[in-house]
Amino acid sequence: MKRRHLLATAALGLGLVTSGAAMAQDKTKACWVYVGPIGDLGWSYQHHQGLLAVEAAYGDKVETAYQESVPEGADAERVLTQMALSGCDIIFTTSFGYMDATNAVAAKFPDVKFEHATGFKREHPNVSTYNARFYEGRAVMGTIAGRMTKSNKIGYIGSFPIPEVVQGINASFIHAKKVNPAVEIKVVWAYTWFDPAKEADAAKALIEQGVDVILAHTDSTAPLAEAQKTPGVIGFGQASDMIDYAPSPRVSSIIDNWAPYYVKQVGAVMDGTWAQTDTWAGIGDGEVEIGAITEAVPAEVKAEAEALAASIASGAYHPFTGPLKKQDGSDWLAEGAVADDGTLAGMNFFVEGIEGEIPK
Amino acid sequence: MMFGGIDPTLLIASLMVASVPIMLAAIGELVVEKAGVLNLGVEGMMIMGAVVGFVAAVKTGSPVLGFLGGAAGGACLALVFAFLTQFLLANQVATGLALTLFGLGLSSLIGQSFVGQRPPLTGDVPFGPLADLPVLGRILFQHDSLVYVSILAVAAVWAVLKFTRLGLILRAVGESHEAAHALGYKVRRIRVLAILFGGAMAGLGGAYLSLIRVPQWTDGITAGAGWIALAIVVFASWKPWRVLLGAYLFGGITVLQLNLQAAGAKIPVEYLSMSPYLITILVLVIMSSGRGKAALNAPASLGQNFHAAR
Repeated sequence: MKRRHLLATAALGLGLVTSGAAMAQDKTKACWVYVGPIGDLGWSYQHHQGLLAVEAAYGDKVETAYQESVPEGADAERVLTQMALSGCDIIFTTSFGYMDATNAVAAKFPDVKFEHATGFKREHPNVSTYNARFYEGRAVMGTIAGRMTKSNKIGYIGSFPIPEVVQGINASFIHAKKVNPAVEIKVVWAYTWFDPAKEADAAKALIEQGVDVILAHTDSTAPLAEAQKTPGVIGFGQASDMIDYAPSPRVSSIIDNWAPYYVKQVGAVMDGTWAQTDTWAGIGDGEVEIGAITEAVPAEVKAEAEALAASIASGAYHPFTGPLKKQDGSDWLAEGAVADDGTLAGMNFFVEGIEGEIPK
Repeated sequence: MMFGGIDPTLLIASLMVASVPIMLAAIGELVVEKAGVLNLGVEGMMIMGAVVGFVAAVKTGSPVLGFLGGAAGGACLALVFAFLTQFLLANQVATGLALTLFGLGLSSLIGQSFVGQRPPLTGDVPFGPLADLPVLGRILFQHDSLVYVSILAVAAVWAVLKFTRLGLILRAVGESHEAAHALGYKVRRIRVLAILFGGAMAGLGGAYLSLIRVPQWTDGITAGAGWIALAIVVFASWKPWRVLLGAYLFGGITVLQLNLQAAGAKIPVEYLSMSPYLITILVLVIMSSGRGKAALNAPASLGQNFHAAR
């Protein structure tokens, strides 16, 4: 009796599994791995908005899955393997640190498409990389920062010393300096993408050093919350709008809009046209957006920032246009020369005028 | 006065603030361990305190109720630990670790709909003219109330353990539960109360994070503070005032390393980031090198379960 019951249950279970597999064939399954919680209101939140956009675009034809707060290391490889085994057709890995894990797992599942955000390794034909030109947005932030600072000191909370973050620091500084030659930038490395308490401490340390504009490349709203405690200090939303901190201290924000890209790539998997790509889109393609500039910013500064964003979007201006020198005084870009993508993607130096070293 | 671009007055003032969560959690855990119970679930209780305190403060609009809620949240989770280890005699180490994982998950669930909200702000204690004193005013008299509560808690725990009958009983239970039982003390009841106290203090520390330090709720907001609190208890060799010292050392070096970076000191940040842990190891080595009473002052019954019928 007991054994028969057991067998019946097993058969039922088997039936469910096979019908599940059959269903998986007419549905495309898209999966995401996030480095932080989707509630960070920053980076991971914004990728999750992309997932929701995919669901909205394809409705019943698509099935989605995601995993939050996956550490960048051995755990990532385990999560990716698990996702590939569970029938994901395309997997988006949304942090730089997943690069090696993505390529390692991609080798084992040639039929699954892998898309790695902000990486540069495409070791297998089923691995694409995609990134956004955040430095374009940061150039605009830098312009506002340079105009708004009264102490002529800008603070920058760096996450990890990787090219993407260095680009942001350089772009912010170059454009702040352009509008305000007296400006200085102070960089603090937090060595985390997401640790609200530490981000708040970093912001606090910067403010105690006399900084009155905080730029952050970490994922939470904590630096803004800390900035709010000191009158006169302003900050910017990072990755998401962070509009909750407007009117004070948030004056604008840099928004990563991944939705169009995700919708396009999942669509490509559905109609079988997916091919390996290396995408690096910016303001012009709508992948980097500038959040509303608040009234704390004078109208002429706002107009200046918007004009800069428009000229970057149209391709008329590149944020890394010479003459530019490296921190050590050596020449980098001659008058009118524009940095090539290869140099940007591997950027490991500060431009002239920034104090401090990039940790190796 | 500045040292290497850092104003020591501001540094001391901000390290006092940065140390509050770990100090509260550590002084609570010290009482628990003095009673002979090893509760490794501090991180879980802290984060429960953070989320429950946040929810309470947002719902009622009162920071005070938020802190009370945080303490209650931590104590509730501690109650689970107390039941499992004191009544079902579960292994304390394993239960404590499980408590952390359980707390992290449960807090995430409770916090889901509170992400992105802002709690009511907690003001500084108005000390009036005292706050305007040069140097001292900035260091001592311009903080929120929990900074003072944490110091008072350390003083109170020290006084109770050292001078009162209650402290004597608590220590007796932690040193030899058999003897305490033979003398007629309710070992289990005392331990449960100690565990609840530890949970409430950890919860209060967690609520400090979500209501004052960061002011917002995000998953994993404690980010390992509970583990540091556990380390501080050992670092302090189970002495209350050393908990204060340890918390200020840990909080201080974290703040100092960020300040040094902001001031542009040419010290590689990796060394600064690991320095609190190096110092802990160093202190532990010196402490356990065996001279005098300070060496390994752990309560003798620490981590052992007690059952009267055994």
